[in-house]
Amino acid sequence: MVQQDKPILLDVAGLSVSFASDRGLVQAVRDVSFRVHEGEILSIVGESGSGKSVTLLSLLGLHDRKATRVEGSVSFRGKPILDLPASQMRAIRGREIGLISQDPMTALTPVYTIGWQIAEQIRAHENISARAAHRRAIELLGEVGLSNPGEAVDRYPHQLSGGMRQRAVIAMALSCNPVLLVADEPTTALDVTVQAQVIDLLLRLRKDFGSAIILITHDMGVVAEVAEQVAVMYAGRIVERGRTEEIFSAPLHPYTWGLMASIPPLTGPRLTKLRSIPGMPPTPETVPDGCGFAPRCAFARPICAERPPLQKVGGQAALCVIDDAERPALRRAALPQEELA
Amino acid sequence: MFFAILQRLGQMLFVMFGISALVFLIFFATPGSDPAARLAGRNASQETVEAIRKEFGFDRPLPVQYVVMMKRLFVTQDLTSFVNRGYRIVPAVVAAAPVTISLVAGAAILWIVGGIFVGVIAALTRDTLIDRGLMALALIGVSMPVYWLGEVMNLISQSRFHDTWMFSWVPALGYKPLMEDPVGWFKTLVIPWFTLAALYIGIYGRVLRANLVEAYQEDFIRTARAKGLSPARVMVRHALRTSLIPFVTMFGLDFGVLVGGAALLTEVVFGLNGVGRLTYQALLNLDLPMILGTVMYASFFVVVANALVDVVYVLIDPRVRGN
Repeated sequence: MVQQDKPILLDVAGLSVSFASDRGLVQAVRDVSFRVHEGEILSIVGESGSGKSVTLLSLLGLHDRKATRVEGSVSFRGKPILDLPASQMRAIRGREIGLISQDPMTALTPVYTIGWQIAEQIRAHENISARAAHRRAIELLGEVGLSNPGEAVDRYPHQLSGGMRQRAVIAMALSCNPVLLVADEPTTALDVTVQAQVIDLLLRLRKDFGSAIILITHDMGVVAEVAEQVAVMYAGRIVERGRTEEIFSAPLHPYTWGLMASIPPLTGPRLTKLRSIPGMPPTPETVPDGCGFAPRCAFARPICAERPPLQKVGGQAALCVIDDAERPALRRAALPQEELA
Repeated sequence: MFFAILQRLGQMLFVMFGISALVFLIFFATPGSDPAARLAGRNASQETVEAIRKEFGFDRPLPVQYVVMMKRLFVTQDLTSFVNRGYRIVPAVVAAAPVTISLVAGAAILWIVGGIFVGVIAALTRDTLIDRGLMALALIGVSMPVYWLGEVMNLISQSRFHDTWMFSWVPALGYKPLMEDPVGWFKTLVIPWFTLAALYIGIYGRVLRANLVEAYQEDFIRTARAKGLSPARVMVRHALRTSLIPFVTMFGLDFGVLVGGAALLTEVVFGLNGVGRLTYQALLNLDLPMILGTVMYASFFVVVANALVDVVYVLIDPRVRGN
């Protein structure tokens, strides 16, 4: 049932990222490990500030090298890439790994047409003429569903709507047929209707281009719809990971329970008050040494002050002290029954 | 396009009218300032003052005086200096303008190139010794008074080291017209150019560095880096291009004001008889027609420089374009 037959594309092991601050090094990402197989969609879920974006930017080498320290290992197609010289990393970025930014309003350089910007990326990696690159840009804009690509290609970003810009950003990320697309909250800045279109587009492109996708989001609905694998991040750690169906049918970690309890149910009586997780997520400076979620966890106990053990159930894993014996009862208390059906 | 030019012309006329009226009123309508008495000099007899009043037309109503003066300045162009009756205003300004324009234009090229160079290198090497060194140099450039720097340059190139190989080529102070002696023109102006540009290279370099550092926080720079572009391309095509707006704005203001006569100190130090010096001398003698003439000339260039800036905005930023 587990589709592990496809080769591993990206293997992140023990990745930690720390920033230099006035009060010394601050760890934003702690010991994060995950794998992406070819053609697979991995979704990283978590609240703002949980370290999702930092993880991705540092594995793409887009972090500020002076102020950031990255530890651990990242291999892409079996080749370690963290310590790659800048020039070799540039050949991977944009060509083999495409980035889709969070906010299409600010992700494009305002002074160039979108066609120019797409052609620029193609010509940075392939030795083709400006005219051919321009034609490719038009084709790509058609692929991502712009209705009039021949005209849109010569538009400036400010002349396009948010949804069109995000499509242009996606077209640009796809321009060199990358094997891995990294999408950093690609739908957050968009209208709900446009969000659905963009998600459908990503799914269709995955089918057409065969790229694997890492989708960062805090929208559990999007996760349920598109992802095959899910990693839940909290306070710089991956607290739970596994296949999407497993995570949604039997989540292991109290934080995941909290996330799911906060989704309004579609059936049954309307809730008078939506459940929420009490308290605020910690900042990287204030994350406790033990379980990062313990201060907000309804089931916290003294032992949570120590580093929580990794519990595995099948292909699913969570960082929590709650063991298999007591988990079902606690989960029932935390989650409305309807969610578990 | 045609309408935009017309609008600019209208704006220019309005600015020039406003300035001329203001300058005129300051000299003629300020209570207690009798231009006839001033021209007559100290301890002049009442009769002399009256004679001067009649002669220059100061006994007529203010609007009439203003119109007559404007007519003689622009239409008949025979307005002469109050102080030196044989000295015509328009030819004097026309003769002084090329000196000032040569000086400021040359310095402007230097400070654009130098400012961009300093700003880009400092932003690329942010927080390193190179960045700090460049910023310290820029600060020194900003804080050196131009007349002091000019005199030091003169001392070195004209006197102390004039006989060495380094400065033996430096000609005596003064201006050589471009058309008659291009090489001499260049040689006399090289040192003034650098002197005048030093201050602006410092200012522009620092401002550009700040803008570039800010630009590097933008999402589109991250996108550009994620595309796999080289650092040089990210800097020049993406960061620099979008950071040039404040740079161009400052340039329009500074260039207009300098061509208008603000390069006075440089002109005086290097013996260049430009517009700044002309204005300065007119101010010393309270020579109203000359002041009016140079001020009109200055306001013309300020408006023209700003119009050019607007054109450059359109070239570098498509968001400014109408449709």
